[in-house]
Amino acid sequence: MYSTTYHRPATVADAVKLLKKADDGKLLAGGQTLIPAMKTRLAAPSDVVDLRHIKELKGIKVSGKNVTIGAGTTHAEVASNEKLMKVCHSMCELASHIGDPHVRHMGTIGGSVANNDPAADYPAAMVALGATIHTNKREIAAEKFFTGLFETALKDDEVVTAVSFTAPAKCGYEKFRNPASRYAMTGVFVAKGKDGVRVAVTGAGDDGVFRSKEIEAALSKKFDASALDGVQVSSRNLMSDIHASAEYRANLVVVMARRATTAANG
Amino acid sequence: MGMEGIGARVARKEDKRFVTGLGRYVDDMVVPGMKHAAFVRSPHAHADVKKIDVKAAMAMPGVIGVLTGKELKADGIGNLICGWMIHSKDGTPMKMGAWSPLAVDRVRYVGDAVAVVVAETRAQARDAAEAVEVTYKERKAVTDAVAALKSGAPQLHPEADNNLIYDWEIGEAKATDAAIAKAAHVTKMHIVNNRLVPNAMEPRAALGHYDKAEDHYTCWTTSQNPHVARLVMSAFYNVAPENKLRVIAPDVGGGFGSKIYIYPEEIVCLWASKKTGVPVKWVADRTESFLTDAHGRDHVTEVQLAFDKDNNMTALKVDTIANLGAYMSLFSSSVPTYLYATLLSGQYRIPAIHANVRTVYTNTAPVDAYRGAGRPEATYLLERVVETAARELGVAPAELRRKNFIREFPYQTPVIMCYDAGDYEASLSAAMKAADYDGFSKRRDKAKKAGKLRGIGMSCYIEACGIAPSAAVGSLGAGVGLWESAEVRVNGVGTIEVLTGSHSHGQGHETTFAQLVSDRFGVPMDSVSIVHGDTDKVQMGMGTYGSRSGAVGMSAIVKALDKVEAKAKKIAAHLLEADEGDITIENGELKVAGTDKAVPWFQMALAAYTAHNLPAGMEPGLKEGAFYDPSNFTFPAGCYICEVEVDPETGTTEIVQFVAADDFGNIINPMIVEGQVHGGIAQGVGQALLEGCHYDPSSGQLLTASYMDYTMPRAGDLPSFKVSTSNTPCPSNPLGIKGCGEAGAIGSPPAVMNAITDAIGNNDLTMPASPQKVWAAVKAATKH
Repeated sequence: MYSTTYHRPATVADAVKLLKKADDGKLLAGGQTLIPAMKTRLAAPSDVVDLRHIKELKGIKVSGKNVTIGAGTTHAEVASNEKLMKVCHSMCELASHIGDPHVRHMGTIGGSVANNDPAADYPAAMVALGATIHTNKREIAAEKFFTGLFETALKDDEVVTAVSFTAPAKCGYEKFRNPASRYAMTGVFVAKGKDGVRVAVTGAGDDGVFRSKEIEAALSKKFDASALDGVQVSSRNLMSDIHASAEYRANLVVVMARRATTAANG
Repeated sequence: MGMEGIGARVARKEDKRFVTGLGRYVDDMVVPGMKHAAFVRSPHAHADVKKIDVKAAMAMPGVIGVLTGKELKADGIGNLICGWMIHSKDGTPMKMGAWSPLAVDRVRYVGDAVAVVVAETRAQARDAAEAVEVTYKERKAVTDAVAALKSGAPQLHPEADNNLIYDWEIGEAKATDAAIAKAAHVTKMHIVNNRLVPNAMEPRAALGHYDKAEDHYTCWTTSQNPHVARLVMSAFYNVAPENKLRVIAPDVGGGFGSKIYIYPEEIVCLWASKKTGVPVKWVADRTESFLTDAHGRDHVTEVQLAFDKDNNMTALKVDTIANLGAYMSLFSSSVPTYLYATLLSGQYRIPAIHANVRTVYTNTAPVDAYRGAGRPEATYLLERVVETAARELGVAPAELRRKNFIREFPYQTPVIMCYDAGDYEASLSAAMKAADYDGFSKRRDKAKKAGKLRGIGMSCYIEACGIAPSAAVGSLGAGVGLWESAEVRVNGVGTIEVLTGSHSHGQGHETTFAQLVSDRFGVPMDSVSIVHGDTDKVQMGMGTYGSRSGAVGMSAIVKALDKVEAKAKKIAAHLLEADEGDITIENGELKVAGTDKAVPWFQMALAAYTAHNLPAGMEPGLKEGAFYDPSNFTFPAGCYICEVEVDPETGTTEIVQFVAADDFGNIINPMIVEGQVHGGIAQGVGQALLEGCHYDPSSGQLLTASYMDYTMPRAGDLPSFKVSTSNTPCPSNPLGIKGCGEAGAIGSPPAVMNAITDAIGNNDLTMPASPQKVWAAVKAATKH
């Protein structure tokens, strides 16, 4: 790791100030990606501004079907929140399978969303749930927020403060893990809500999370795993690497969608 | 057997310090004034080094020195060597290319060291290493051994035309070809043994300390054989003569072969310590380990197995290309030859065997012995082809094996080895029973209803352990002898120190070796200490690898114990005024048989050191040493059965049952043996299902350089193993033991692959059988 200057602000406003002052500042929101990258000298921020001690970023609010999760909420907190479990069990389930216990007790939903790792779990949930990403400046629809591999609509001095969504009638998430890293090699979140069926795929797209129109069309006809029998998704625009070819990922998209749908139907 | 003697399940003495974080590893060592080293490594797989500019690095904070290969050469430090001479079939010696500890004018793999920075802190050393400006002129790289042999391939070493190191053969080519020509059936396969990265838990590390006052060097290093390290560094690398070089291998966190070899880093740390005037420590990070630890396996083979009309094996023909990487590592040449082709007879009577082996340079990390070393490659090859033959012949896999088992011993194979003892039927029967082999078809039907493909596969392995006798290995080209030494020191109060030339880095020697002594003299294990890993304490030894420390290391201890016992009995007889032939040793006492006259062990010891009342002419003290050179290899063998369920939708393989039935001869500590088998199987399953080292073929970059991409086995990947042992004692050593350290890694990969290919009905599958590959193979099988 290169030497860096660590800051621990108490408010979002202070965090933004520190970030603006820094030569090459980075926000730290759990550090489960940034710290390993710094340790291997792939990232060298001059300043690290830690968001984990900002009270206003913490907590989960559930009001009826409306859910707001503070950006500083850890995966472990999301996984174990009883109110959330009642209205959107799949979100808890998803959070409970991110990384390992260390990661889940350090990593935060805001950090994951802002980093937009193409193999992260939360982006699929956000897009499928039609969630809104709240920042210190504005509100952005999830689909417009995730713009590419590790790319988001965030401006330089913009901080994710919360995510919100309306819990759908049914939803489910299944992922196939990369054998080595255990990140999602293909993860599919299916949701059936007021606006119909939305299906988002993570870990597979060569430009990050995306909605699968083929799967949505099939599940819109009948929200049942059997609706996906014989459905194929194109391997175009899917990633190919030593662990999984685009064709294999295309297969996994359908298989995971089928399993997620079964889970959603409980 | 007593509570702590031979055969007892004694908990490991060393585990207390390991599991409480009190183990002391090289990185825990601190010497006053110690500074830190970082290596400048090649980012290219193959390039000429045009210029190294250290000016900017020298000006960085905390930097004490920046040293390059030119200075190293100017100081007369030698090139690294391969210590086992192999001759090609045309009689020419192997083509050893120059391997400088710091590259001078050419780099040959990503990670090849070109310079070293010594600085006040580790972080400063790394910062400065990045500031060393190396001008490279890139060359084309080749990472695949088959491609490296083709004409027009990039050439690595001027000594080795077409990158060929040697073209070696064993066995009778004519007889083998003739048998194949008239065979009733020939099974042919193309077999790939995947390259693995060892991944010991503790990365490699070295601390070099040159003491100017004494003109003496000390090297703390993560070594499986500190004495061999000292010998090689003195004799070949001109670091210092043996009497001025102390090598210490303290607690070492796993080796699996990768810590046998002398690497550039320990040589450079010692040399840099003299050069800079400060003790120099280097500790690899994980990616450095991936890049520069000697890798394992990486064979490509064409094999033919011939049968007569009664399904008797008549011939085996093997043509192997083995990738040795960019340079010849210390024992690399022996792995695909004498540790591999000599085991190709397996457990079977095969009248004619011929193997041809070509080894090749490529722009990859050096390849050397890794748990099993050659024997896993031989076993995988043979057990895959035997299983495949059974399928082709329509015979049950167990029956084909049974029919061809060697049943009379000693048995001389056509490939040097003479098997001394074994009962292969016993292991096969025990394994089939434990696996409920007969109930498999029912389990397969049940799995099918749940949408899963269930398969079963077996593997009957044999291995050769001990790697000896010295004269025999010497005649085959080994540069060292493979005996072991021991010294037993009985102190004045009767406590005992055992000095051994073997080295424990996870094997549990502090426990098993103490059990041996406790068993012999009836003294508590706590009163026995095992001393190893320091060339100033133990005079000489050959270290630990090849499952040799039980069969060879303990045999040396037995020889020393024999001498101690003889002298102890003489002293006791004198004290008890009895005939020494009447003295027996039991429960910590030396007794006159058939009487109640006895002298406690500690009193006898005290008598030896007070020397007030010793037999006339006897020297005081009680300390005996011994060297033991075995008269043969030992031959552990066994049968492994693996049962899997494959999810055809995703290609995921779950191992639902794994049975191991091993014959290790006599066993000192069954719990430690089981632990070795468990660990070995985990590594074998890792090779079969999970681990694969990938270099990008065009750039030569290592794609699997961290755990993000290299899949290590995790607990969840493994079932609870069903292990058992049978026993045909080894006739060639005093304890009748054979060795158990590598069996699991040797026997398990073919069992796993035989099971998966059985499940999916497609034999065209390579290791690691990743979900992607299995899914594709299932798809290909259903298309037909």
